[in-house]
Amino acid sequence: MKAVLRRIGPSGVLGGFLATVLIVFAVLGPWLAPYDPVALDLRARLGAPSAAHLLGADEFGRDILSRLIFGARVSITVATTTVALAMVIGVALGLTAGYLRGWTDRVIMILNDSALAFPGLLLALGIMAVVGASTTAMVIALGIAFAPAVVRVTRSSVLSLREREFVEASRVMGNAERTTMIRHVLPNCVGPLTVLATAMFGWVILAESALSFLGLGVPPPAPSWGNMLAAARPYIQEAPWLIILPGLCISAALLGANLLGDALRDLLDPRMQS
Amino acid sequence: MSLLSLENLHIQVGHDGAEVVQDLSFTLEPGRMMALVGESGSGKTMAARSILGLLPPPMRLAKGAIRFDGVDLAGLGPKALTKYRGARIGMVFQEPMTSLNPAMPIGRQMEEGLRLHLGLSRVECRKRILKMLERIRIADPEHCLAAYPHEFSGGMRQRIMLASVMLLKPQLLIADEPTTALDTLVQHDVMNLMTELAAENGTAVLLISHDLGMVSHYIEDVVVLQHGIPVERGRTTEVLTQPSHAYTQRLVDALPRRSAGGLRNAEPKPALVELQGITVDYPGHALLFGRRVAKRAVDGVDLVVGQGETLGLVGASGSGKTTIGRAIVGLEPISGGTMRFKGQPLVPDDPDTRRDLQIIFQDPYSSLDPRQRVEAIVGEPLKLDTGLTRKDRRERVREVCDEVGLPAGFLTRFPHQLSGGQRQRVAIARAIVRRPAFVVADEPVSALDMTVQKQILELIRQLQMRHGFGCLFVSHDLGAVEQVADRVAVIETGKIVETGTRDDIFDRPQAEYTRRLLNAAMLLGRSYNAAVS
Repeated sequence: MKAVLRRIGPSGVLGGFLATVLIVFAVLGPWLAPYDPVALDLRARLGAPSAAHLLGADEFGRDILSRLIFGARVSITVATTTVALAMVIGVALGLTAGYLRGWTDRVIMILNDSALAFPGLLLALGIMAVVGASTTAMVIALGIAFAPAVVRVTRSSVLSLREREFVEASRVMGNAERTTMIRHVLPNCVGPLTVLATAMFGWVILAESALSFLGLGVPPPAPSWGNMLAAARPYIQEAPWLIILPGLCISAALLGANLLGDALRDLLDPRMQS
Repeated sequence: MSLLSLENLHIQVGHDGAEVVQDLSFTLEPGRMMALVGESGSGKTMAARSILGLLPPPMRLAKGAIRFDGVDLAGLGPKALTKYRGARIGMVFQEPMTSLNPAMPIGRQMEEGLRLHLGLSRVECRKRILKMLERIRIADPEHCLAAYPHEFSGGMRQRIMLASVMLLKPQLLIADEPTTALDTLVQHDVMNLMTELAAENGTAVLLISHDLGMVSHYIEDVVVLQHGIPVERGRTTEVLTQPSHAYTQRLVDALPRRSAGGLRNAEPKPALVELQGITVDYPGHALLFGRRVAKRAVDGVDLVVGQGETLGLVGASGSGKTTIGRAIVGLEPISGGTMRFKGQPLVPDDPDTRRDLQIIFQDPYSSLDPRQRVEAIVGEPLKLDTGLTRKDRRERVREVCDEVGLPAGFLTRFPHQLSGGQRQRVAIARAIVRRPAFVVADEPVSALDMTVQKQILELIRQLQMRHGFGCLFVSHDLGAVEQVADRVAVIETGKIVETGTRDDIFDRPQAEYTRRLLNAAMLLGRSYNAAVS
């Protein structure tokens, strides 16, 4: 344990701490939150932080602390599933394109580049406009929108790795192309992919906020950090904490994810050991 | 007064780390040449870099003085040092592929130093550069000014690098393994050019090298470093003939020598691999609207390797020798000719053939998967053999690792935790673990230190005696070939110019090209028995 701590360093420890706090809130939310996140209390409307409402209340008098805690749950679920989806699509396409090259590569990359040229959020908007706003639709839309970046990163790692002699050694050994890809090429892409995945975790939370802001995100009254931010906009003068607090939560989550990503990359690389 | 004198130099990693150079002292007179010889990790490069204040960050000069022309360089700040760098002390690096800026034309790069240190006008710079390019016998110097580094071969780049350093007529030239990345003929050229230019300009030379044999032919004085400690110094000829320290003795012993006794395989063996008129083409660059012009790497080569025999394939870089080896194991498609294996047409992708054909790559740093442990690397080929249980595999891996001289404790290590020689042992173990009938060894020792080279060559020979596999030993290094080969084929630009038994090729070369190769090798101290008239 001590060795692990030393290897990931102080920033890794901070990242791990932030991520742990976030996960604890997400999992234990219902037991930790002092109020029901959707319970109205019009007397407390736009109330400043007080003993009854530790972090204040919003325009319907709903408790901010409770909403932030439940929001963590929604935001993390959305971010994790979206990143996972983008990774699966992106790695599969990137690996195929980079390893097979030739026509497969050309076709995949032309499609991918056109997807990249199209703003991700706009693509998501289009998809959601067709299938309607729901959390699942948003995850699928964002997953597709973020996949092209993963395809690019995977393909470029694969292209440089496939020329390495250990990959050739695997071919000479008699391993099937698929075995070579899975056993030798993919594990060596893990470094750049971990970093991309954690950075993407942050982008997804932001994208979710943006979509919520446009009314296409997590449908109200369910709380997410994004739609809380969106809903707080009219009250920025009277009750600034409404916008500051979810903003802080998003920043902390992003910071945690990025620091943890860098630490994970080092931890997973045998060359960084010893 | 001496030009350069190091006094009790100590270089340390950080403030409490190990000392990579301990108590190094020597003096170099103006216009003289001196060599710092040692293997990788001996601290020779660090010592040379410290002179110009170029130590990479964790390293620092802990103690000692570096007197250059009466001034202690160790006490100077970075700003004061820039007056010395380039202008009075020039440096040439090992890797000509990376020491020139790929995005800048040659002329501009050569001009930089002149403008910075001498403040010459563009016109004057151009004149001097052209003169220098002519001096180093670059064809078409005018064109060269506007050309980019990638248009030149490694040897040409090293000459250009040398020229741009010598333009400033420095008092001292530090050359850090300037020829290690080049092949024999070119090495010889570059070393000659360096000594000539130094003599013309009265420049003193400090050469850093791992190759005692090569040094002995060019340099008067030598200091031998082992693990950062100077163990021996003196006239090169004396050090070479009468080494007083055990380590120097080992270095001398590691110089290539023909294996004792006559030929191992006097009688011809039945053919194992037969190549008939094979050609390999690389698709060239397509010109705009033009057709692709294929580049012929191998042009109608006939070769036969017998069972249990080693055929040395010798040639310069770019001669197509590596391509032949890669074609046999199926890594390069052939565009013409036929390959036969054990009398049958060779189909590299056939599973049974795969078992029997293996390759050992040149660079043990990139031929092992950095994320696998030694046990997994060596055991991987056995996974394809479905008849083996996990326990059988473990046993087999242990056995083979033992055979190649890897202690059992190494099984759980990752490649980055091994030295170059140990990595190459792992690569060899992986190649022979399924007992192949034929192994291609593609420059297996050229990335290694001299003493390690010798060990690996002996290992290959030993394993071959025990298991009797046929071997195509591809190398530009005549010394290595002389040690392991039964027969030798010489290749020049894709064509075989001469084939024969080892002794025939080395003692009675017929082709002009072979003679030139042998001559260069002898002058570089890479072949002792070569008797060329």
